[in-house]
Amino acid sequence: MTVSLILIVAMMAALVGWLLRQSIAERPWVAASGPQSAPLPAGFTAPRVGLLAFLAVVTSVFALTVSAYLMRMEMGADWRSMPVPGLLWANSTALVLASLALQLAWRAAARDQARRLRQLLAAGGGFTLAFLAGQLLAWQQLEAAGYYLVANPANAFFYLLTALHGAHLLGGLMAWTRVLARLHGNADAAWLCAGVELCALYWHFLLLVWALLFGLLLTT
Amino acid sequence: MAEREYDASRYAPPAEVEEMELPHARGFISKYVWSQDAKVIAIQYGLTATAIGLVALVLSLLMRLQLGFPNSLSLLDPGSYLQFMTMHGMIMVVYLLTAIFLGGFGNYLIPLMCGARDMAFPYLNMLSYWVYLVSVLILVAGFFVADGSTGAGWTLYPPQAISPGTPGIDAGIVLMLVSLAVFIVGFTMGGLNYVVTVLQARTRGLTLMRLPLTIWGIFMATVMALLAFPALFVAVLMMLMDRLVGTSFFMPEMFAAEGGTEHQGGSPLLFQHLFWFFGHPEVYIVALPAFGIVSDLIATHARKNIFGYRMMVWAIIIIGALSFVVWAHHMYVSGMSPYFGFLFATTTLIIAVPTAIKVYNWVLTLWQGNIRFTVPMLFAIGFLFTFLNGGLSGLFLGNVTVDVPLSDTYFVVGHFHMVMAVAPILVIFGAIYHWYPKITGRLLDDTLGKIHFWVTFLGTYAIFYPMHFIGLEGVPRRYYAFGETTFISDSVQALNAGITVAAFIVAFAQLLFLFNLAWSLRHGRESGPNPWQATTLEWQTPHTPPRHGNFGEELPVVYRWPYDYSVPGVKADFIPQNVPPQAVEREPDAGRGGDA
Ligand code: HEM
Ligand SMILES: [Cu+2]
Repeated sequence: MTVSLILIVAMMAALVGWLLRQSIAERPWVAASGPQSAPLPAGFTAPRVGLLAFLAVVTSVFALTVSAYLMRMEMGADWRSMPVPGLLWANSTALVLASLALQLAWRAAARDQARRLRQLLAAGGGFTLAFLAGQLLAWQQLEAAGYYLVANPANAFFYLLTALHGAHLLGGLMAWTRVLARLHGNADAAWLCAGVELCALYWHFLLLVWALLFGLLLTT
Repeated sequence: MAEREYDASRYAPPAEVEEMELPHARGFISKYVWSQDAKVIAIQYGLTATAIGLVALVLSLLMRLQLGFPNSLSLLDPGSYLQFMTMHGMIMVVYLLTAIFLGGFGNYLIPLMCGARDMAFPYLNMLSYWVYLVSVLILVAGFFVADGSTGAGWTLYPPQAISPGTPGIDAGIVLMLVSLAVFIVGFTMGGLNYVVTVLQARTRGLTLMRLPLTIWGIFMATVMALLAFPALFVAVLMMLMDRLVGTSFFMPEMFAAEGGTEHQGGSPLLFQHLFWFFGHPEVYIVALPAFGIVSDLIATHARKNIFGYRMMVWAIIIIGALSFVVWAHHMYVSGMSPYFGFLFATTTLIIAVPTAIKVYNWVLTLWQGNIRFTVPMLFAIGFLFTFLNGGLSGLFLGNVTVDVPLSDTYFVVGHFHMVMAVAPILVIFGAIYHWYPKITGRLLDDTLGKIHFWVTFLGTYAIFYPMHFIGLEGVPRRYYAFGETTFISDSVQALNAGITVAAFIVAFAQLLFLFNLAWSLRHGRESGPNPWQATTLEWQTPHTPPRHGNFGEELPVVYRWPYDYSVPGVKADFIPQNVPPQAVEREPDAGRGGDA
């Protein structure tokens, strides 16, 4: 549980630290003339804070799964590490490209370059689909090589972790579809920019999660 | 205290209170069924949770009949006892208490108390309710499948949860696990809303330290739930894989009567860690909103400012944070290292400090207050007694050496019913009596309310207090019948019969309450906008019940904290949060005392 604890403590500490800044100098019982608490920094819009909170939840999900992974490794004597298919390197590249495309799309949206935005957004989704297809292919390869889900806990965790990660990307793709639909429906620029930004940030986060998971799979 | 010119813009930047675009409901369906209005969603959550909670209550009565009069009635067999016990526990903890505090009170009170028009993401909020409803329906489906619902206990420990011999290992356990996963997804949708609304949508002048403690409690509970439910989610997924595909996350090698099982090497302990990593914070997920609400009930009905507001806020935050590092006190008897146990006993006992501070502060708030013994106040005081009682027995169980002999006895059943079943339920009742007038415009009947309170309060003591003694004799929990033993004395059976009678009386009192709810909807005394003369924003709405958008044309501006009761030198005995200092009427002879 160490991994989860560290992450949850870090998240809690961030929240508590921020609350402390908001409240330490306050004298709540004083009406009107009370000292001002620091307002939220300007960039903190509701959708961004919403995304941040959601990322905290996702962090918790993956941290706990990884904790379970590490604990299960120690607990049973039956753990046999699984070779990581080389295909995952290609998949990882696709995910990096997806993240990059969305980052550039965000920039294009901010500069109101509609055509570029459309292309980059499409590219981001395309690379993501390629990543997901690649993951499915990797599953098939493993099955074919005899690394069944039930054969060993290492295998089971591999399938579980990749499936969880893929599911989160699929959820992201739903948001992406919505942005794409609005783009073709000529939504206003501010809405689009905010939407693309959320997608980009979410993708970067999932890329980071994938990097950590991939590292874990490679080293254990 | 000198009063400077009030400049609202210095408290909250305009961006924080941007007018939100509300989805406008046309027609009955979008107004009351697919509603995106947090107030309607709150009622939907509340009614659904109450309905499923009544099912859980009936289950507990059936169990009590068996325990009280084991040989005279044969309504249950041992298997269905376990099934009913599991469903009772899980429904009460997750589908009733969590849902009603966060989905019900959270939805109703957060926007109103924060001076917001609605939740930050109304569509997601609506979805949250419907996903919750689906999870309840999946859970209920367990009663109707061939082998019935699962009998694994609400802790769902593997291996027995999915091993032959436990009732409901075919469909029952699968439905339970799927339902929990769906519940968590739905809760996350709502939870994000509650957090973001508190952080982002507060009206001008409503700094964090001017939030009512109710909101602090709900906020912190939501933060905890968002971080803790994933542990249950992950555990549920892994158990589903063990059960459906045959992986061995949790399932060790076992030899059933007909030869071995397919599993190998899994670790039941791993499940216990994950489960309690969620399970202990869950206790505080239902306790913190109760703490918050009770603080506001006490302050309002004792006409006094809450004692030590900042201490109360920090106690909530510290309790929330600490409750993530105590989970293993549920695993003292799992064979862990004694050093580990010592560590967790220490953290557990440390939590008692902020908790005790809260109790002292409640008592000090009551001290020399101008207490109005309204029904909500009675329930709040009832909570103090019950919670104190349950907290004290918790101190016993927190110590490893005391816990080991008491673990899995009725002492534990008595303890957790006091602390996390009855105490929060009393707060829920108090809160319903308190806010019903805002929701419906009418007061609940007072006499019925008082009868309801006394029967429930004394009755639940009669039910759960004796359980501690039964537990001290070593009577184990989760048993259908006790048979002949050397250690269980005859008086235990007499106590058990008495407990069952009390349980029926308490259940009957709840019918009175339900009747009161329905009857007062039409025939209750009209309450006006602010029957309790309370200060918080929900009582200052232009309409009662509040309409769509809550506050009419203009959002309120907040000038003070929510606890300006009986301010010295001021004529009225309360000053609503949105009354500017210039508008406060003072006693003619009094100087400029106080800060109001
Ligand atoms: C008048 C109200 C209630 C009565 C009469 C009652 C009765 C019971 C009984 C007889 C059991 C089984 C004990 C055993 O055999 O070990 C039980 C278990 C339990 N109850 Fe209640 N209960 C009530 C309310 C509640 C509430 C409001 C909660 C909410 C937290 C709750 C939570 C639980 C839990 C978590 C269990 C443990 C289930 C298990 O062992 O898996 N109960 N209750
Ligand atoms: Cu605990």
